[in-house]
Amino acid sequence: MTAFNRRDFLKAAAAAGALSLTACATPGSGKPIARVVVIGGGYGGATAAKYLRLWAPEIEVVLVERNPAFVSCPLSNLVLGGSRTIEDLTTGYDALVKRYGVKLVRDTATAVDPDKRQVRLANGDPLAYDRLIVSPGIEFLYDDIPGLAGADAQARVLHAWKAGPQTVALRKQLEAIRDGGVYALHIPKAPYRCPPGPYERAAQVAFYFKQHKPRSKVLILDSNPDITSKKGLFLKAWNERYPGIVEYRPNSELIDVDARTLTAKLVSGDVKADVLNVVPPQRAGDIAKQAGLITANNRWAGIDWLTTESLAVKGIHVLGDATLSAPGMPKSGFMANNHAKIAADAVIALLTGRAVNPSPIIANTCYSFVSDTDVVHVASVHKYDAEKKTLVAVQGAGGLSSAANELEGKYAHAWAKNIWADALL
Amino acid sequence: MTRTNRTLTAALLGAAVLGAGAAHGAEDPQVRVWAAACATCHGTHGASAGGVPTIAGEPGDKLYKLLQEFKDGSRPATVMHQHAKGYTDEELQRLAAYFSRQRP
Ligand code: HEC
Repeated sequence: MTAFNRRDFLKAAAAAGALSLTACATPGSGKPIARVVVIGGGYGGATAAKYLRLWAPEIEVVLVERNPAFVSCPLSNLVLGGSRTIEDLTTGYDALVKRYGVKLVRDTATAVDPDKRQVRLANGDPLAYDRLIVSPGIEFLYDDIPGLAGADAQARVLHAWKAGPQTVALRKQLEAIRDGGVYALHIPKAPYRCPPGPYERAAQVAFYFKQHKPRSKVLILDSNPDITSKKGLFLKAWNERYPGIVEYRPNSELIDVDARTLTAKLVSGDVKADVLNVVPPQRAGDIAKQAGLITANNRWAGIDWLTTESLAVKGIHVLGDATLSAPGMPKSGFMANNHAKIAADAVIALLTGRAVNPSPIIANTCYSFVSDTDVVHVASVHKYDAEKKTLVAVQGAGGLSSAANELEGKYAHAWAKNIWADALL
Repeated sequence: MTRTNRTLTAALLGAAVLGAGAAHGAEDPQVRVWAAACATCHGTHGASAGGVPTIAGEPGDKLYKLLQEFKDGSRPATVMHQHAKGYTDEELQRLAAYFSRQRP
């Protein structure tokens, strides 16, 4: 308490006693006006939980998360390059609980009953909600890759597309290969989580090889017909910084994988590698599927971008990578953090009877490291278009870095620090 | 609710509930949620956790001038020019005023 001393505070509290419940409910004093359950403590869910409490302390917020801590996907390619550890990217949930009064439930949400307004958990009792926010991230479509059906195959051919143990395991595989070995990275067809991520990963592995295994190769097997993000900037970085190391092969559609021989079976023929890293195609996380929120291609959850409310099930909001992206909107942690703010504001409006903001404006910036220090970005601003009834990228705004540079390397780390704090601290 | 009461409530929420930040209770929710998009880089309420400038608590006219200079390209920037161009002058004015009222 800075501006107020204790006596002032008590006087003010007494004077405020006659005010409405909405205005003066505080954590621990007074009954919450509603309960919001948030499933998933990633960039979307953690931000939504914090901002709900920040903006509406009269609402009870329960966050359901199965992992003990948050591990950032952004910057996780630096673990492969060797300039960061997974611990550097890890933040606990304790500040959300202690500072903001979020109730944390360490469990897995297994089902939603929208009629009873209940979330069922793997271990605990069902949780009742007034509004539900689902921010489940992605699940991999292994069905499309029969050779990766079993746990053994998946342990040998990693995705490392959810930061954590897989990231560390992939780094170990890279450390174990001989100088002169081949690292092959398979990229699924867009849309997938983090469009520039695979190309950044190629640069990070090349950065490691250049220092420690200079005769080794990075082979990018892209299902897409071309580089899907920051094309010119990545090509320049690969050619100038890692000549003879990085090779890019477009239209490399995957038919199957032989995990035993580390072979990618492509439409264009077989490619054998020493480390094979396959990023499988993706859909919205399991709970979105289970709750009937998937509306597009059996993969993504369509939402109303004014409120983030599901187009399929009333009372449930969906955030982040699991959503059917609005035009020009990437699946990124930055966007999930911004979706969460629209959601928090709209949920509060809907629960308190205030009008929903008719014109949301959010933004995105994806920083990619092409070495341990140098970075390129892509940015965009997204505004609600009332006629098109969706968020659209503002023409004339946004854009790319002119070239990879160290100053943006500093800003990229600063951004990470700020978004982690914004979501979790 | 009288003016004094509203200020008081705001102060209560600011001081008691959050212990940081400013008078959230009294904020116009529209500019508050717009400003939250800036917080992804500049920190919650514009109070930076480090590395990106803190914009909370700076004079509103100074912030507005900086934002205009980013928008018209006269101020060198790595990324702010690309963000500022996404907003109308009126939106930038309201954002500048909002951040000027936040505690750094
Ligand atoms: C992608 C991260 C990012 C986002 C989003 C962002 N900023 Fe910035 N901002 C920066 C960086 C980095 C700088 C330093 C100038 C530069 O290199 O672009 C900056 C500089 C500024 C400055 C100048 C501060 C000073 O003291 O020099 C102001 C004012 C500002 N931003 C306001 C805003 C507002 C308002 C928004 C939201 C509409 C916003 N910013 C969104 C990254 C961001």
